[in-house]
Amino acid sequence: MSPDSISALRLSLQVAVAATALNALVGIPIAYALARRRFWGRSLVDLLVTLPLILPPTVVGYYLIVLLGRRGLLGAPLYNATGWTVAFTWYAAVIAATVMALPLLVRTVRAAIESVDRDLERAAYTLGRSELRTVLEVTLPLARNGILAGLVLAFARALGEFGATLMLAGNIPGRTQTVPLSIYTAVQTGESAEALGLVAVLTALSCLVLIAANRLGARAA
Amino acid sequence: MRFMRGLVVGLVAGLLAATGASAQDVTLSVAVSLKEVTEELGRTFMAARPGVTLRYNFGASGDLQKQIEAGAPVDVFLSAAQRQMDELGKQNLIVGASRRAFARNALTVIKPADSRVDITKPADLLEARVGRIVIGSPKSVPAGQYAEESLRALGLWDRLQPKLVFAENVRQALDYVARGEVDAGFVYTTDAASRAQGVKEAFRPPDDSYRPVVYPGAVVRASKQAAIAQAFLDLLSSRQGRSVLSRFGFQPPPAGAR
Repeated sequence: MSPDSISALRLSLQVAVAATALNALVGIPIAYALARRRFWGRSLVDLLVTLPLILPPTVVGYYLIVLLGRRGLLGAPLYNATGWTVAFTWYAAVIAATVMALPLLVRTVRAAIESVDRDLERAAYTLGRSELRTVLEVTLPLARNGILAGLVLAFARALGEFGATLMLAGNIPGRTQTVPLSIYTAVQTGESAEALGLVAVLTALSCLVLIAANRLGARAA
Repeated sequence: MRFMRGLVVGLVAGLLAATGASAQDVTLSVAVSLKEVTEELGRTFMAARPGVTLRYNFGASGDLQKQIEAGAPVDVFLSAAQRQMDELGKQNLIVGASRRAFARNALTVIKPADSRVDITKPADLLEARVGRIVIGSPKSVPAGQYAEESLRALGLWDRLQPKLVFAENVRQALDYVARGEVDAGFVYTTDAASRAQGVKEAFRPPDDSYRPVVYPGAVVRASKQAAIAQAFLDLLSSRQGRSVLSRFGFQPPPAGAR
């Protein structure tokens, strides 16, 4: 395996781990809110969080550029304040992977939380626990297998992210060229041996991830 | 039962509609910097030949070369560098007798139209005020290959590595500059002219720092429309073709180039 391929693997794993962590931070609260709370704009949040699952990755990539590019809605103020843009950096790859994997995490965790017996939560309230403590000590532990399944699925999705990453982060070896991008370039330039090696590794990883997700999903039921 | 029948009829109709290939389809794989020239000459060509449909496949010449090697059903290949055409020639994938050079181009370094960053000579690219520089990916984009050659000749290649961003083809490089995502980029003078509102030229790398940008064209050996393909090549090299090329900023090929 060439040094470029090894760096693509390392980069992919770093991006996927970071994206999954970010998704957990952002997605679990959203999943809980959608599962257990009524609030204004609930359907809108549900829609926005599901959209990256349905939209083509290049469409999501386009919106990310509009938002975070150097002249973007958020990117321009950031650039004017700090002289820095997220496009073509490792962070852009993480953001793209996070956004594309978020729906998978939120939907899986939401289903897991909804399947927790509400009586157990109510029991905690009658015993004087606040909502936050109930969530942390009762709800989430009971939904643990579903949450793990969601994290594993989100990790797999982040690992395989291509379209949005290519648009926001570019295809720069060593910096943003993750394994899917590396395979794309290897095929474009006729480097079949390189491509095959990377495809084999990614297939094996994805199979492992799917087996793990299924085991966890079955235990959650 | 009725539903199943309807489904089958619908599928068959859909499949039939999806084909629709005409008797005289000619596909051209064209370096993307030639996009406007090809479209204009193509219109003239098709107007004079009813029944002929030209289909364009624009991209980086390296990608187009790989597609032809993989058996893509293409009739004509117009490349932005001799290297890619040479590779196909070595593998006997083009009709050698049809190969000819039809245009010449030059590299330029551009910056966003509203940029106030001072870039007037190659060494300026090393300055801190220049953040990111885009070039076509040297693996497959001739404009990127010329840019690498020039930067190496100027002794700047190694030191500029951290600033480089790679584009899939020269028009994407142009787009990155026009969108302001980068501070500078290497494209052809013709590309800069095609996006006059979005970019401006900063400086031109010295002519002797990279090999001449020569555009060869040839008929692909596996072509099923070799005669029409050759006719298009003839149009490219004719007075009309040269006039269109010149209007878009291309120069005549160097004497004796293939």
